[in-house]
Amino acid sequence: MTQNLVVIGAGMASGRALEELFKAAPGAFRVTLFNSEPRGNYNRIMLSPVLSGEKSYEEIVTHDDAWYAEHGVETRFGEPVERIDRARKVVVTAKGETPYDKLVIATGSSPFIIPMPGHDLPGVIAYRDLDDTNKMIEAAASPGAKAVVIGGGLLGLEAAAGLRLRGMDVSVVHLAGHLMERQLDEAAGYLLRKALTERGIKIHCAASSKEIYGQGKVEGLRLEDGTEIPADLIVMAVGIRPNTAVGKAAGLAVGRGIQIDDQCVTSDPDILSVGECVEHNGAVFGLVAPIFDMAKVLAKTLLGEMDAYAPVEVATKLKVTGCDLFSAGDFAEGEGREDIVFRDPGRGVYKRLVLKDDRLLGAVMYGDTADGSWFFGLIKDGTDISEMRETLIFGPAFQGGQPLDPMAAVAALPDEAEICGCNGVSKGGIITAINAGAHDIGAIRGTCKASASCGTCTGLVEQVLGLTLGDDFVVPQAQPVCGCTDLSHEEVRRLIKARELKSQPAVWQELGWKSKDGCHVCRPAINYYLLADWPLEYQDDPQSRFVNERNHANIQKDGTYSVMPRMWGGMTTPEELIAIAEAAKRFNAVVKVTGGQRIDLLGIRKEDLPLIWKDLNDAGMVSGHAYTKGLRTVKTCVGSDWCRFGTQDSTGLGIKLEKRLWGSWTPHKVKLAVSGCPRNCAEATCKDVGVICVDSGYQIGVAGAAGMDVKETERLVDVATEEEAIEWSTAFIQLYRENAKYLDRPYKWVAKVGLDWVKEVLSDEAERKALNDRFDISQSVYQTDPWAALVTEEERKSWSAPLATVNLEAAE
Amino acid sequence: MKTWIEIGSLDDIPVRGARVVKTSRGCIAVFRTAEDEVHALDDACPHKGGPLSEGIVHGGAVTCPLHNRVFDFATGAAKGADSEVVATHSVKIVDGRLMLDITGLAARNVA
Ligand code: SRM
Ligand SMILES: Cc1cc2nc3c(=O)[nH]c(=O)nc-3n(C[C@H](O)[C@H](O)[C@H](O)COP(=O)(O)OP(=O)(O)OC[C@H]3O[C@@H](n4cnc5c(N)ncnc54)[C@H](O)[C@@H]3O)c2cc1C
Ligand code: SF4
Ligand code: FES
Repeated sequence: MTQNLVVIGAGMASGRALEELFKAAPGAFRVTLFNSEPRGNYNRIMLSPVLSGEKSYEEIVTHDDAWYAEHGVETRFGEPVERIDRARKVVVTAKGETPYDKLVIATGSSPFIIPMPGHDLPGVIAYRDLDDTNKMIEAAASPGAKAVVIGGGLLGLEAAAGLRLRGMDVSVVHLAGHLMERQLDEAAGYLLRKALTERGIKIHCAASSKEIYGQGKVEGLRLEDGTEIPADLIVMAVGIRPNTAVGKAAGLAVGRGIQIDDQCVTSDPDILSVGECVEHNGAVFGLVAPIFDMAKVLAKTLLGEMDAYAPVEVATKLKVTGCDLFSAGDFAEGEGREDIVFRDPGRGVYKRLVLKDDRLLGAVMYGDTADGSWFFGLIKDGTDISEMRETLIFGPAFQGGQPLDPMAAVAALPDEAEICGCNGVSKGGIITAINAGAHDIGAIRGTCKASASCGTCTGLVEQVLGLTLGDDFVVPQAQPVCGCTDLSHEEVRRLIKARELKSQPAVWQELGWKSKDGCHVCRPAINYYLLADWPLEYQDDPQSRFVNERNHANIQKDGTYSVMPRMWGGMTTPEELIAIAEAAKRFNAVVKVTGGQRIDLLGIRKEDLPLIWKDLNDAGMVSGHAYTKGLRTVKTCVGSDWCRFGTQDSTGLGIKLEKRLWGSWTPHKVKLAVSGCPRNCAEATCKDVGVICVDSGYQIGVAGAAGMDVKETERLVDVATEEEAIEWSTAFIQLYRENAKYLDRPYKWVAKVGLDWVKEVLSDEAERKALNDRFDISQSVYQTDPWAALVTEEERKSWSAPLATVNLEAAE
Repeated sequence: MKTWIEIGSLDDIPVRGARVVKTSRGCIAVFRTAEDEVHALDDACPHKGGPLSEGIVHGGAVTCPLHNRVFDFATGAAKGADSEVVATHSVKIVDGRLMLDITGLAARNVA
């Protein structure tokens, strides 16, 4: 009979343990998973990139609803376990009792809050979970807000850097004489302090906090020496305590943590424990690497297999982009210990190795940490380094006198060398995974887990891939936008939002553009992102647009232009046709019926553009935007008005959609169509958004393509009314406007984010409404006819007339 | 010797933009950079005649609107792998007025 396994805490420890369990013996247990947080397992260590805006919460979820469903896990999120009744083998929550055969306690730890006066004021928070992170993001959103972080360790500094990136005025108050004193020596601590100060973070070391002051909410922090630091937010990051409450109350053996043996079993043989809540041989834990090892052992124990947890050395890295530091082992000074130090102040590089008896004991590196894993391996293995002592500090690339080759460092590593510290995966382990078929970083993360947690080893894993697969492997990079930056489109979009960058110079400066004012590749993209994200604050820059969008017409190969008025939903009138015909005659245009159900006038000279526009405007027509990354056409068929098969007024809906959407800028062009029945005469099934009318209403398909790629639309939703069809289509387009990479058509974007995600977002009615509202705000600025805007005499002149006309014959 | 003629004022050209001077021997594109420097090139891309005045201006260069060749204002040479060179003309600002040297254009007639 399947046994009941109850797990308390859906954190990183139990998450890994369940993965191991399901991998080894799917279906062996019926699992019920309780969590205090109202959500499942996410990669907690990536909260710092979420805080800084470099990642989104969705990106750090490790187990989603589908995963729990697939493994039959009953999830009880937002439901903390209050106590364990060991005699009756049940756990108790506010909602009742749940029986267990085996119980796993994985409750992690709680942040320590210094009980100084004022610690309970609103505005004092810890840094442990997503809710804390969101509170910080929210606090940072009010202009001019100030934060104080108490604690200059790993967590405190990641919090400070993230808040600073969000524009807050940040001070760090640290008790010890230098930052991260548990991991860094004084010199590295100094370099780190300098780097953080340069980013505008104020650092107070050797500073002891006395009290938090404020009326009804935080107003500031007072130090022992009387200094007052004003603050709207105080983050306490001074340490963690194993979260032992439920175990202790149940009478389990508890020291600093819940005591476990080498098999992760507590003093009750049916209760196991894992993660930061445990104590093993007197030690407690605060990093994921040993916890993941423990999780493997716990899974084995549950399955009745023998394994034993053995402590390992751990190495530390700080996840603050641009501050590279690494520390491992013991670097305190001591009897018989020797130092090798390397400094390159120009590059801000510092490395120190601590040796004793020809063995490496510890390593601290700042600025250049590429050789970290190699040194870490030497420390763990106790390698005799006497042979290479002279050049040891220069790292593996230098051993044996080879030239400095970026691949050499990894090539020189022995198979046992650990590459992924979080998951304890060695170079050999990665090679085994590659040989078993994992040929890209995603597959590696999925199989042997290397680079799946904090991600700082991704570069090394890619090098192992490169070395093993040779030319078959091209190191994939998030493609930078262009040569002006190393950031990808996605990163730039996120940073524009997160750091509230509202002008192109702000983007160039704050994101470290390598060129003075961008280039023809990045400028149009950035211009789009800014106007899409800040429609009211940002001013569209014509000089960052391609010629067509600047001149509101398509340039032809001979330098003339084409002019195409809108024909709403493909409908026109005799009067419009006469006006078009007259304009064509007057300006000598070639007339073509386009594939988009309207008429193109080709071969117009630039100076004539404002004149022909005026003629068309006078007849009530506006620009068809046949030249924009924006709404193009909404094709329709004759529908129920005329056709014997038509089920709904497809022409009418098409016109309404076109009137709602015209003028909006989008990452790439957007085309719609509405067909009156599934015979689909308007070719709606290959459009960016295509509606098929049926008796019961409207089927909305999205992400079709019929250009360089041909792809059928996928069904987004079926709705009953025209209003809903318009609301859903608009929400889809706004979601695309806010998230897609410049020059990705919707089908490319949907392939990246997944239609499921799009559906999930859009099925929330409030979100759909919010998207429509934001679209309206943008339309309040951008739904204007560019032709009408440019036909005043004065503008016409400066825009299309030559600056001067020179008759050279006369000048001579 | 140079022959300077006045063609307008700096304010007539948008920042990071261009205007055209029409001459009986072809059009000249006059560019204004972010730093208010002015440069002049023939307004016909040596590749397929694209109007350089309609290109995106960045740093000290312009990108042709038709097929994205990038021309350096100082030399008129295409950057990167492309080898075309477009004729440059001298322009200067005197009291906010733009002066164009038409010596090169005049020489074209003689040839
Ligand atoms: C005028 C028109 C052809 C015609 O004579 O019918 C046309 C003309 C151009 N198309 Fe198109 N496309 C026209 C309908 C289409 C269609 C059919 C449709 O809309 O139903 C498609 C396939 C559907 C689609 O978009 O997926 C189409 C797929 C493309 C593509 C490929 C897009 C893709 O994602 O793969 C490009 C290239 C691009 O946009 O990067 C393109 C680009 C162009 C450009 C703008 C090329 C350029 O940058 O100069 C052409 C301008 C010609 C000119 O000199 O003015 N044109 N083009 C059609 C105008 C429709 C309208 O009324 O607005
Ligand atoms: C911001 C931040 C950055 C970090 N960076 C790194 C890093 O770079 N490298 C590294 O190795 N480690 C890092 N860590 C530490 C790492 O996240 C932890 O070691 C790891 O999450 C511990 O796993 P766990 O499962 O023991 O605890 P947790 O992941 O905290 O999970 C415990 C879960 O149990 C729940 N719970 C508690 N009590 C109950 C109850 N009674 N009933 C039900 N549920 C309960 C909690 O809500 C929580 O969701 C970081 C931590 C933070 C907060
Ligand atoms: S298919 Fe489109 S892009 Fe190609 S030549 Fe015809 S109009 Fe131009
Ligand atoms: S015409 Fe200028 S690049 Fe082709």
